[in-house]
Amino acid sequence: MSTPSAAPGGVRELTLGQAVREALAEEMRRDQAVIVLGEDVAEAGTPFKVLKGLVEEFGTQRVIDTPISEAGFTGIALGAAMTGLRPVVDIMFGDFLTLVMDQVANQAAKVHYMSGGKLRAPMVIRTTLGATRRSAAQHSQSLHAWVSHVPGLKVALPSTPADAKGLLKTAIRDDGPVVVFEDKMSWQVRGPVPGGEYLVPFGVADVKRAGRDVTIVATSSMVHAALEAAGELAREGIDAEVIDPRTTVPLDCDALVASATRTGRCLVVDEGHQRYGVTGEIAAVITEGAFYHLDAPVQRLGAMDVPVPFSPVLEDQTVPSPAAIAACARALVRGER
Amino acid sequence: MPETPDLTSLYRRMLLIRRFEEQVDELYRGAKMPGLAHLYIGEEAVAVGVCAALRDDDYITSTHRGHGHCLAKGAAVDRMFAELLGREAGYCRGKGGSMHIADQERGNLGANAIVGGSAGIATGAAMSARWRGTDQVAACFFGDGALGQGLLYEAMNMASLWRLPAIYVCENNLYNEYTHYSETTAGDLAARSRAFGIETVEVDGQDVVAVHEAAAAAVARARAGDGPSFLLCHTYRYLGHHVGDVDRSSYRSRDEEESWRRERDPIALLAGRLTASGAARPDQLEALDEEVRTEVAGGVAFALAAPFPDPSEVTEDVYA
Repeated sequence: MSTPSAAPGGVRELTLGQAVREALAEEMRRDQAVIVLGEDVAEAGTPFKVLKGLVEEFGTQRVIDTPISEAGFTGIALGAAMTGLRPVVDIMFGDFLTLVMDQVANQAAKVHYMSGGKLRAPMVIRTTLGATRRSAAQHSQSLHAWVSHVPGLKVALPSTPADAKGLLKTAIRDDGPVVVFEDKMSWQVRGPVPGGEYLVPFGVADVKRAGRDVTIVATSSMVHAALEAAGELAREGIDAEVIDPRTTVPLDCDALVASATRTGRCLVVDEGHQRYGVTGEIAAVITEGAFYHLDAPVQRLGAMDVPVPFSPVLEDQTVPSPAAIAACARALVRGER
Repeated sequence: MPETPDLTSLYRRMLLIRRFEEQVDELYRGAKMPGLAHLYIGEEAVAVGVCAALRDDDYITSTHRGHGHCLAKGAAVDRMFAELLGREAGYCRGKGGSMHIADQERGNLGANAIVGGSAGIATGAAMSARWRGTDQVAACFFGDGALGQGLLYEAMNMASLWRLPAIYVCENNLYNEYTHYSETTAGDLAARSRAFGIETVEVDGQDVVAVHEAAAAAVARARAGDGPSFLLCHTYRYLGHHVGDVDRSSYRSRDEEESWRRERDPIALLAGRLTASGAARPDQLEALDEEVRTEVAGGVAFALAAPFPDPSEVTEDVYA
C-alpha cells in the first residue's frame, strides 16, 4: 500500500481507490454497525487491492469474505441491514449486478415502501463500471441506468477521489439502499482530497470546469474525457462547462437545467449504453427545463449499443472519446447540430 | 428450551388462521378485496408450531402464502384485514397488501412475493443477531417451490459455514403452484440441506405438537450457537394456488383433497388429542371457535369501515 502524501490538516493527493478505503475506514471507526462483505474483500483486499489493509484494522468479523454467491450475500446483507447493521457489499464487477437484481430491485429497493415505511435497508452496494480494460463483454459494462430506473434505490457515480470519499460516506449513512459505481479505470487516478471529515451530499451536481459556450454534462469516467475535450476546445476559443451530476438518483435537475440555460447548448456524455440510458434521461430533463433557452437540440453520447468487444481496436470505439466529445461540442457551438 | 406450550392456545391460533383465511376467501368472492390472496388453509400447524417455539424478538420471513405466519407470530387480525383491503390502518398502510405484510414489532421481516426471495433476508437477520451478540434466531418459511431457487442454496451454504442461528422451514404442501413437486424436484428433498451440513429433520406438518418439538430443538441449537437447522414439514394446501384457483382438476383429484381434509386436518387432529386426553371438552372447543369467529368478524368489520390512505401518500416512503 502506498502512503498518501499528507499535508497536515489540508488537502492530500490520493488515488480514488485510497479515497474509497479511507471513507470505509472512517465510517467503520465511527459506527460499529458498518461491515464490509464480498468476495476476497478481507486478506486479498479485492483483486484490485482497493480494500487492502482494511481487514488488518477491523478484523474478519467486520471485513467478511464470502463464497462466490452474489445473490446470497447481497440478500444476507439486506437481512442484516433490516436488523441493525449497515453492510457495504462489494460486487466485484458491475456486470455481476445481473446476479443480484432480485435482491436489489425487488427486495432492498422496495422493503421500506412495501412495509409502509416501517422497515429500512441501510446498505451500500459498491460496484464498478467502465470499459477499455480489455476485459470483454462480461466484465466491462456500465449498468448504472438499470438501477437508476428502480424507485427506492439511490445511485452515486463518483468521478474524482474527493467525490468518491464523500459520496461513499454519505451512502453509508443513508437509511436506504445506495448503489455506488466506481470506474475501475479511475482507481489509480490521483486527485486532491480534503483533510478531515467531510461528506458530499447526494443530488448536488458539481461544476468541474466553468464555461460559457456549451454545457457538457458528464458522469463518472466521462468527466475525465469531457475535461480533456474541454481543454482541446479551449485552445480553439470554445469555453465549455463540464458539470458532473455525481448522483443519478437523486438527480440535480435544477443545476443541469441552469447550466444549459446559461450556455444555450448542451451535450450529455455517459459510459452506459446510449439506448434507453442515462444520456436520454438527462437530455430529456434538460430539454423540458431549458427548451426556450436552447440554441440547438440537446446532444448525447453514450457507449455504443453493442456488447463490449475484446480487441482494443474494437473496444476503444465503443466508449465516447475526448475527440468525439470535442467534435460534438464544437459542432453544437458552430451551429452544425 | 422454551416451555411446552399450552395446546389449547396452539389450537386457538390454528383456528384463528383457518377462520381468517375463510373470511379472506369470502372477501375475494364478494369482490370486496382488491387483487388476490394465497390461502394457508391446511398448513396451519406449521406456522403455529414453529412460531410457538420463537420469542417475540426472534425473526421470521414469510412467503406469498404468508397470512398464517403473520398471525402465528402475533399479528392482529384487524390490521391484517385492513392491509388486505388496502386501508391506512393496515400493517403496511395499504402499500404492501396480502403478499408483503411485515410486523416489525414482532420480528416479522415481511412476507415476500418472490418464491425463495427471503432466504437471504432471514439468513442476514440471523447473521446480524449473532453479530450483535444477541441470542435471537431467524426462521425462514418457504414452500417446496423454493427448492427450485438458487438463492436458498447460497444462503444455506453461508448459514452453515458461519454457524448462523437460522431455521429453514420448508412447507412441502406438494404443489409448486399448479405442478406436483415430484415433477419439478429431483432427488431427495432432505438431502439438500444435509449436503451443507445443516441439521435436517422431517416432520409431520399436520401435527402441531411434532412441528413444535422439532422447531424448539432447532431454536435451542441456534441459540446455543450450534448452527442452522432445516425442518422439512409435510403438509397440504387444501385450496388452490390462490383464491381464484377453484378448478384444480388439471393437477389433482377431489379424492386427494378430501382425504387430507378428512384424515389429516391439523385442527381436527389436535381437537381429537385435546378431547381424548381430557384437556378440553368438545363444548369448550366450540366456544373457542365462537370466540375466534367473533374476533375475525370484528377484524373484518373494522377493516371494511377503515379509511383508505390519502392519495398523496403514494410518494411517501420511497426513500428512507
